[in-house]
Amino acid sequence: MNQTFRGLVAFFLGIGITVAQDYFPTNTQVKTFPDVTYAFTEATIHLDATTVIENARLVIRNERVIAVGNYIDIPSNAIVYSLAGKHIYPGFIELHSNFGISNPKAAPNGGRSAQYTSDREGYYWNDHIQSSYDPKGDFKFDDKQASQLRKMGFGLVNTHRKSGIHRGTSILVAPAAGASDAYRIRRTSVAEHYSFQKSKASRQSYPSSIMGAIALIRQLHADAKWYQPGKTASKDMSIEALQSQKALSKIFETKNSLNTLRAARLGKELGLDFAIVSDGKAYEHLPSLKKLRPTLIVPIDFPKSYPVDDPILAKKITLNQLRYWNQAPSNLAQLAENNIRFAITSAGHSSADEFFKHLRLAVAYGLSKEQALNALTKNPAEILGVSDAGHLRRGAVANFLITDGDLFASETKILENWIIGNRDQLQTKKAIDIDGDYSLELSDQSFRINLKKSTQKLKVEVKKDSLKLNAQGSYKDGWLSISFFENKKTAQLSARIAEAGATIQGKALNFEGKQTAFSLTPLTDTSTQTQKAPKAKSPKTHPVHAVSFPNNAYGWKSLPQPKAILFKNATVWTNEAEGILKNADVQVRDGRIVGVGNNLDANGFEVIDATGKHVTSGIIDEHSHIAASSINEGGQNSSAEVSIADVLDPTDIDIYRNLSGGVTTIQILHGSANPIGGQSAIIKLRWGQDADGLLYDKAKPFIKFALGENVKQSNWQSYSRFPQTRMGVEQVFVDYFTRAQEYSENWDRYRKLSKREQAKTQAPRKDREMEVIGEILDGKRFISCHSYVQSEINMLMKVGDQFGFRVNTFTHILEGYKVADKMKTHGAGGSTFSDWWAYKYEVNDAIPQNAAIMHEAGVVVAINSDDAEMSRRLNQEAAKAVKYGGVSEEDAWKFVTLNPAKLLHIDAHVGSIKTGKEADLVLWDGHPMSVYSRAEKTMIDGVFYYEADQVASQMLAAQQEKQELMQQMLDTQAQGEAAKAPKIKKKREFHCETLDE
Amino acid sequence: MKNIIHYSTTALCLLFGLCWSLSATAQQTPGAPQSQSILIQGATAHIGDGQIIENSALGFAAGKIIEITTADQVQNNYDQVIDARGKELYPGFIALNATLGLVEIDAVRPTNDLDELGQFIPHIRSIIAYNAESKVVESVRPNGILTAQICPRGGSISGKSSIVQLDAWNWEDAALKIDEGIHLNWPSPYQAGRWWLGEDPTLKANKNYAKQVQKIRDFFQQSKAYLQKTQATTNIPFEAMRSVFKGGSKIYVHASQEKQIVDAILFLHEFDLSQIVLVGGEDAITQVEFLKKHQIPVLINQPHTLPKGEDDDPKTTFKRAAELHDAGILVSIDVRGRMERMNTRNLPFYAGSFAAYGLEKEEAVEMITLNAAKIIGMEDQIGSLAIGKDATFFLSEGDALDMRTNQLSAAYIQGRALSLETHQTKLWKRYLPKVTSNK
Repeated sequence: MNQTFRGLVAFFLGIGITVAQDYFPTNTQVKTFPDVTYAFTEATIHLDATTVIENARLVIRNERVIAVGNYIDIPSNAIVYSLAGKHIYPGFIELHSNFGISNPKAAPNGGRSAQYTSDREGYYWNDHIQSSYDPKGDFKFDDKQASQLRKMGFGLVNTHRKSGIHRGTSILVAPAAGASDAYRIRRTSVAEHYSFQKSKASRQSYPSSIMGAIALIRQLHADAKWYQPGKTASKDMSIEALQSQKALSKIFETKNSLNTLRAARLGKELGLDFAIVSDGKAYEHLPSLKKLRPTLIVPIDFPKSYPVDDPILAKKITLNQLRYWNQAPSNLAQLAENNIRFAITSAGHSSADEFFKHLRLAVAYGLSKEQALNALTKNPAEILGVSDAGHLRRGAVANFLITDGDLFASETKILENWIIGNRDQLQTKKAIDIDGDYSLELSDQSFRINLKKSTQKLKVEVKKDSLKLNAQGSYKDGWLSISFFENKKTAQLSARIAEAGATIQGKALNFEGKQTAFSLTPLTDTSTQTQKAPKAKSPKTHPVHAVSFPNNAYGWKSLPQPKAILFKNATVWTNEAEGILKNADVQVRDGRIVGVGNNLDANGFEVIDATGKHVTSGIIDEHSHIAASSINEGGQNSSAEVSIADVLDPTDIDIYRNLSGGVTTIQILHGSANPIGGQSAIIKLRWGQDADGLLYDKAKPFIKFALGENVKQSNWQSYSRFPQTRMGVEQVFVDYFTRAQEYSENWDRYRKLSKREQAKTQAPRKDREMEVIGEILDGKRFISCHSYVQSEINMLMKVGDQFGFRVNTFTHILEGYKVADKMKTHGAGGSTFSDWWAYKYEVNDAIPQNAAIMHEAGVVVAINSDDAEMSRRLNQEAAKAVKYGGVSEEDAWKFVTLNPAKLLHIDAHVGSIKTGKEADLVLWDGHPMSVYSRAEKTMIDGVFYYEADQVASQMLAAQQEKQELMQQMLDTQAQGEAAKAPKIKKKREFHCETLDE
Repeated sequence: MKNIIHYSTTALCLLFGLCWSLSATAQQTPGAPQSQSILIQGATAHIGDGQIIENSALGFAAGKIIEITTADQVQNNYDQVIDARGKELYPGFIALNATLGLVEIDAVRPTNDLDELGQFIPHIRSIIAYNAESKVVESVRPNGILTAQICPRGGSISGKSSIVQLDAWNWEDAALKIDEGIHLNWPSPYQAGRWWLGEDPTLKANKNYAKQVQKIRDFFQQSKAYLQKTQATTNIPFEAMRSVFKGGSKIYVHASQEKQIVDAILFLHEFDLSQIVLVGGEDAITQVEFLKKHQIPVLINQPHTLPKGEDDDPKTTFKRAAELHDAGILVSIDVRGRMERMNTRNLPFYAGSFAAYGLEKEEAVEMITLNAAKIIGMEDQIGSLAIGKDATFFLSEGDALDMRTNQLSAAYIQGRALSLETHQTKLWKRYLPKVTSNK
C-alpha cells in the first residue's frame, strides 16, 4: 500500500466521532475537538444481566457512559434518541478470536528428516513457545470480520495469533467501523494465550504429542522461576516475556473436552488460573469439572442433525454422536447448574443469525437469560480484568446494543450496535407499507389506484371507471411518485409517505399542467392488513437424553458400587501356596477379599453360584497402549519429562473390551520412538471413572525405555536423529545418566550451602527430565524397557551395573531366552509376547518358548499384549506358554496375573486371591486358559465393571435410544432444518510405534 | 498286524534324529514319500464332516487314505501300526486367503513379494514367489495347518492364488492346485478421510464408486470380448482371464460391507460367473438371505480383530461364523489380519474362538477342513478323513482347536511324515540347557 492510498483509507474509515487523537497536528482543516453527547431515552436499560431499569435514560459522551438512570438530566447539547419499547444491553465481549491477526506462514516442508533444533537464537529452545510475540504491530482492521462481530453483538474482541503452544499476548480491540485503530485498540498485553498445538511456523519436532506439550509448559514455567535476567549466562527473550506476563489473564485453547480437563489439571498444578476454551461437550465431564472448577470459554456451535436417509451410513453413526446432537444445546445450562463459570465464544459461527439462534436455543434448553448475558458480558470482562466493559454503569465504555425487544426472544432484532460511541445500524429501515387500493380525485375526475411494491419496483395500476390507464411509478427513500396518462395527457403525483394506512397527501401536476394538492384515500384498511402479529416462536427443543459415563452405549448412568459378594463352589486359582482350590468360595466385602476357603459363611453376602466355573484374580497387562490420547513423544531421543498419566482417555471403548477379557489392571507404557521414553500410567480399568479415578494409587513410578530398530528409526525415513545404531543407543543412556548424576550433585552442593550463601548463588536450573532420570538412579523409579535382541539386552544391564541401578523389566524381550541367565543374575524381569515374531528383522529369532525358558531360568515372566485386540484374550496367550514351552498351567496363569503384579511392584495388593488383597476378580465360565472359556464377570475393588449377561440389554437399550434420536432428527429435518454428516473420528489403535498427529 | 510301536518313541527318535542330522540347515527337510502302509489305531478321529469316530482306525498307503473305520473293524493289513489311543486325529487344517511364503520379514522390504504394481493384473501368479522354505511356513505346521491357499494382494484384481501343501522342497513340489482363482477387491461405496493427515474424517458416500466399478466392468467386458476369438496380438492380462470365463476358475471377491457384497455378486452374475467366494464378509450377515439364495460361500475374517464401531458388541467378531453357519451358509476362515503370516499358525484357535461363541466344536473343525476344501473345489482330494483322499492329517494330544491342548505328536502330508521341528524349536532346544545350566 502506498502512502497516498493508506491516507485515503484512513480518511474513509475515520468519519466517526473520533477523528484523530487530540494532540495530533492537522493540516487539512482548522483544528476541531470532537465532543458529542448522545442521550437515549424511554428505553429498557439492562445495566448488567440482573439490573434492569425501565423507561430509563442513558447518556454517553464520546466513548463513555456519563450517566444512566431514570431521573437523570439530559445535557442540553445532547442528541436525543427516543427508544420507547426498545431495550439497551451492554455490548458483548469475545475472548477467543484472531480478529485482524493473520497466522504466520507455515514453515516449508524440510525433506524427510525431522528437525530437532530451534530456528531462533536468544529465545527459548523450543520454537513453539512464542511468549515474546505481541500482535499489536500486526493488527490489521478487517471490516468484513468486524461487521460480522458487530452483527453478533460484540463490542470488544480479545484477539491473539493462533500459533504456538505459548502464543504470546493478545490485544483488546473494539470492532468499530467509524474509528481509527488509535481508538479501536483498547489495550495491549491483555492476556497470554496457550494451546496444545504447535506453531506451523516452525518444523521443530518437539513436542510431537499432547503429553509433550504439557511437559513443555511445565518446564517453561520452571525455567521462568529460575531465570534471572542479567544473571543467567545466556539471554532468553521468551522467558523474559513470560516473566513480564505474570499478572495477565491466561487463556488456554483446547479442541476437545478431554484436553480441557488436562489444561485444567495443569493450571491447578502450576497455579495458573486458565480460562479454558473448551469444545461443546463439557457436559460429558461434569464430575471432573466440578472437582477442578476451571473457568471455561464455551462455543455454542451446536451440531446440525445428521442425514439418516442412507440406513447403511446411519448405522455407522455412534450413540455418542447422536447424543451429541441431542445434548449439546443443554451444555451451557448444565454447566450453569453445576456452577462452572463460563463465557460464551462465537467461535465456529460465520453468521450472526446462527449465533443468535444457538444462543436462544441454549436459553430454551434451560440456561437463564441472566446467565447467558453474563456469559457474554460480565464474565468475559472479569476474565480479562476489564472493569469498564460488560455493563452500562457510569464510566463504562459506550458499548451497547439497541434491540427491539427482549434479546433472547426469537423474533428480536439487534437494531444498533454502538461501539466506543460509534453507531452501527444493523437493520436497514423498512419502508412504510403502502400496498393497497386508493381513490384519487384529480381534475374533477375520480380514479382508482392500486399500489403494489415488490422488492425493487412499484407496480401501479390506475383505473378510471373500468378503463385501465397507462401508469408508472416509484417508491424510494420515502417518496412516492406516480405518472399516468390519458389522451396523451400526463398527470404526476409526488408525496412523502409519513404513516402506514393513512391518507397519502402531496402535490400533483394535473392533466392541465397545473400544480395542485391531492390525496390518495385508502379504500381498505391497510394498516391492520399488513401488520402481522409477531410470531411468538420459541425454538423447538427435545427432551435431553441423560449422559452416561462414558457417554456411549456401554457407559453407566450411575456408577456401580462395591458389593458384598460370595462366589460359591468355584475352582479358585489362588496364585498362592494353596494353589488351585476345588469347590471353594471367595468372599468379597468393601472392595477387598475377606475370605477364601470351603463352605464360607454366606450371611450378609450376595451369593453367586460358581459351580463348574473358575474364579481367578484379574489379568494384569504389563504393556498396553489403550486408554490414552497419545503414546509417543518422539520429538527428542529422550522424553523422560512426559507422562502418560497426563493424557489418559477414560472414554476409550477398549477399556470395556479389555474388561470383557478379564483384564483389571494395565500399565500404559509410552511408545518406543526414543531410547528414553516417557513415564507410564498404571491404571485399574474402572470404566466410567475419570482419569484420576483410573490411576492406581498403589503403583510405583515407571518409565519406558526402548532399544533397537524403533529407536534407531530403522524402519521409517529418518536419518538425522541420534542414535542411528545400537552403539549410539548405549551412549544415549551413558550420556543421560551421567548428566542426571551431575544434576543431582549440583543440587546437593547447592542445598548444602548456608542460607546466606544460597541467597547469593543462583540455584541450579530445575530440569524435570533430569529429575526423572535421577529417580531411576535413586531406585525410586523403575524401567520397563522395550527390547528384542540379546546384545542390546545385555548392554542395558551393563549400563545399569555401571550406574548402580537395576533394569526392572525388559518388555517384548523376544531374545530374552538367550540371556535369561544374565537377566536372572541382574534381577531383571521379562514381559514378553506369547508367539509374535517375523514382523521385523530384530524378531527373526523370536520364539514362542521364550516365556518358558526365561521362567525355567528363574526370571519373573509376564506375557503382555502391546495390542488393544490381543489384550482381550491374554488368558489364551498364557495357555500358549503351556503349549509351546511346557510350563505348568498354574505357573502360566501367573504370567498374566501375579507375575506382572510383581514386575509392577503391586503384588502386595493385587495379583492373587488372598484375604486382605484388593478384590480384582474374574469369574470364568470354564477353564480360564481355554479358548472356549469366557469371562462372565470382571470385578475391580469389589465392583462389577463388566457382566457378560448385561451386554445384550446394553446393546438393545443403545439401539432403541439411537432410533429415538434419529426420529428426533427426522422431525427437525421435516421442519426444514438442514442436516450435516457428523465428523467421525476413526479410532486409531496405538502400538509401540504409533506416533501422534 | 505287526510292528506295534508306541508312537511317541518313534516320534522322538524321528524328530530328534532329523533335528540332529540337519541342524546345520535352517529349514526342515521334507518327508520321504510313503513307502510303508500305516494304520493309526485308537485315536478319536475328527472326520472333518462333523462326525467323530471314537477308537478309530485310519489306514493309508502310497499317500492316500485307504481305510477309515473303528479300531475293531480294520479290513487291511499294514506294514506299521501306530497306537494312538488317547490322541485326537484331525484332517490337516486348511488356511485360506493366506500369504504364507510371500513375505519373510515384514519390515525387510527385500523379503516382500506380496503386492505387484498395477490395478488389473490377473496374470500375476502367487505360486512362483511362494517360498517353500520359509521359516514362517514351517512354523505353522506344528499347529496342524498342512494346506494353504497362497494369495497375492493389492489392486482391483490382485492376481491368481494357488493351493499348496506345506512340506515341500520348492513351489512346484508344494503345488496342489495352481492358479485356482483370481482375487477381486471390490471398491468401497463409503469413504472416510484420514483425519490424522488432515482430511475430512466424515464417513460419506464414495463419489468415485460408480467410476471405480465401471473400470472393473470395462476390464471384464474387454477381456470377455477379447476371448471370443483368436487375436493377432496377445493381451496378457486378458489372456489370464480365460480360466475365469472358460475354465471354471474361482473368483474370490474381497468385500466387507453389505453394499459391496451385493454389488459385487450381481456384477459377476452379469458375466454369468458363478464360481464366487466371498472373502472377509464382516457385514455378510446383513445380506445372509441374498448370499443363501445365490449359494455364495463365505471366508469370514478371523475373529482376532477389534469391532469397527464403538457401539458394536465387544464380541461381535467372534460371533460371525456361527451367525452365518446357522443361517445355512458354507463358511470357512479368512486368515487375513495384522501380522497375518505369523498368526496363520493360530488358525485352529480362530476356529476355537468361533466355537466359543456359537459353533459346535465339530462344526468349527469342519469349517477349517471340509468346508475349506469344498470352497476351493478340492473336497475330492483333501479336507476330511475319507477313503481315496490324500493322507494329510495329524495327531494331537488333545483338542486341537484349544491352545491349551493343541499338541501335535505326528503329522502327515500325502502320507509323508513331516518334521514338527522349526527354526524356533531348534533355538529352544539350543538355549534351554544353556541358560538353565546354573540352576
